[in-house]
Amino acid sequence: MPLPSPIDLKLQYYVLHLADNALVLGHRNSEWTGHGPILEQDIALSNIALDLVGQARYLYQYAARIMNEKAAEAMGNASGAMAGSGGVPVTEDSLAYGRDAWDFRNCLLVEQTNGDWGKTILRQFLFSAWQYFFYEQLQQSHDSELAAIAEKSYKEVVYHLRWSSEWVIRLGDGTEESHVRMEKALDQLWKFTGELFVPAGYEKELVAVGIAVDVEALRASWEEKVGEVFAEAQLAWPGAMRGLTKDTAGEGAKSEWMQTGGKDGRHTEELGYLLAEMQFLQRAYPGCEW
Amino acid sequence: MTKTDDSNSVGVRQIWSLLEQVNDPEVPVLSVVDLGIIRDVRANGEDFEIVLTPTYSGCPAMDVIRTTIRMVLLERGYTKVRLTTVLSPAWTTDWMSEGGREKLKAYGIAPPLPSQQVCRPDLFGRDEAIECPHCHSYHTTRISEFGSTACKALYRCEDCKEPFDYFKCH
Repeated sequence: MPLPSPIDLKLQYYVLHLADNALVLGHRNSEWTGHGPILEQDIALSNIALDLVGQARYLYQYAARIMNEKAAEAMGNASGAMAGSGGVPVTEDSLAYGRDAWDFRNCLLVEQTNGDWGKTILRQFLFSAWQYFFYEQLQQSHDSELAAIAEKSYKEVVYHLRWSSEWVIRLGDGTEESHVRMEKALDQLWKFTGELFVPAGYEKELVAVGIAVDVEALRASWEEKVGEVFAEAQLAWPGAMRGLTKDTAGEGAKSEWMQTGGKDGRHTEELGYLLAEMQFLQRAYPGCEW
Repeated sequence: MTKTDDSNSVGVRQIWSLLEQVNDPEVPVLSVVDLGIIRDVRANGEDFEIVLTPTYSGCPAMDVIRTTIRMVLLERGYTKVRLTTVLSPAWTTDWMSEGGREKLKAYGIAPPLPSQQVCRPDLFGRDEAIECPHCHSYHTTRISEFGSTACKALYRCEDCKEPFDYFKCH
């Protein structure tokens, strides 16, 4: 049986990486539904969760199609797709609910726990700012399916970025209490931002053929955008991304070390708890619908 | 096998008019045609293809809309209908029909402004001057960027004091 060609396998991993990013952050945000500080913001975050889960669905559907087509080709059978276990086709649901933590390729940032409202807002902001530049570039992908998903998602992320930026400023430049909490959130989350700009192995070759976005090249725009908002929010820049670039950390930079691994399936312990809850029903009652 | 793609066939025209009876479950005064999410109806002999695009990626109404379209067409004897989804070009409120805008307003939802004026990532951007659908005052304030559904924002009229939904530009 011929194995999938390397580029297909890399594309499959890449699409899953993007899908997992969107699903995991969407799920984290959905944990706030019914618990938001005020009704309007509860609705806002729930709407962002919906957008992200919607984006994840397109990406999982695409990943499933790639996997099923490859499996059918390998079996010499164009009509029967059998990529899943027991000859069952892979679906968006089996990808979301049937894989364990080491199969998830999301960035570590999105799986971090909600903490307080400030931490949730900051996580959303740091990621939306990345998604904003990322989807802008992905629209140029030579893979027309990814380009279309990017075009759709980009419009939604514009809202997410604006909403979360305004909240970062409101809290950072708010009361003494809200400012302290934002500083604490920054301490907790900053070390997970470096990974956003480090390509995984499967990404590099796809960049070379014009399918994937060169994430290293997004860093400058991201830092500028985040820096502008931090300045307005009275939040100090946490320091250079040391360990990933040449050491350029200035005086007073406090968080230089960056944690990586998520894009290759090495996660923080938080993801396991998230999946245990999110996947519980399908694990206990496989294929259950209601 | 010859492919016949006749966009003016009786079937295609009838399907378009049937689609005008399929309403958005979240905004029941708007048909899917008013909303601008039907991108094409194609005929190939007795087979038909309807091309849809979602408003927002996570819009939960899309599944209901697809089911309703199937039901309505089935009732009129259209059994061979394929529904396909396209994402590009991405849906914009600029595709909403004039009639749709009027219907929204009469229903109490402020219709979207042209997107090029206001769809910007600028922070604390100047609030759009949205006309109150109840008393027609422009003296209104945005309460929240996200309203009862992904496609709407929540506003309040400072004159008649009524809150209202604005179908935000996208």
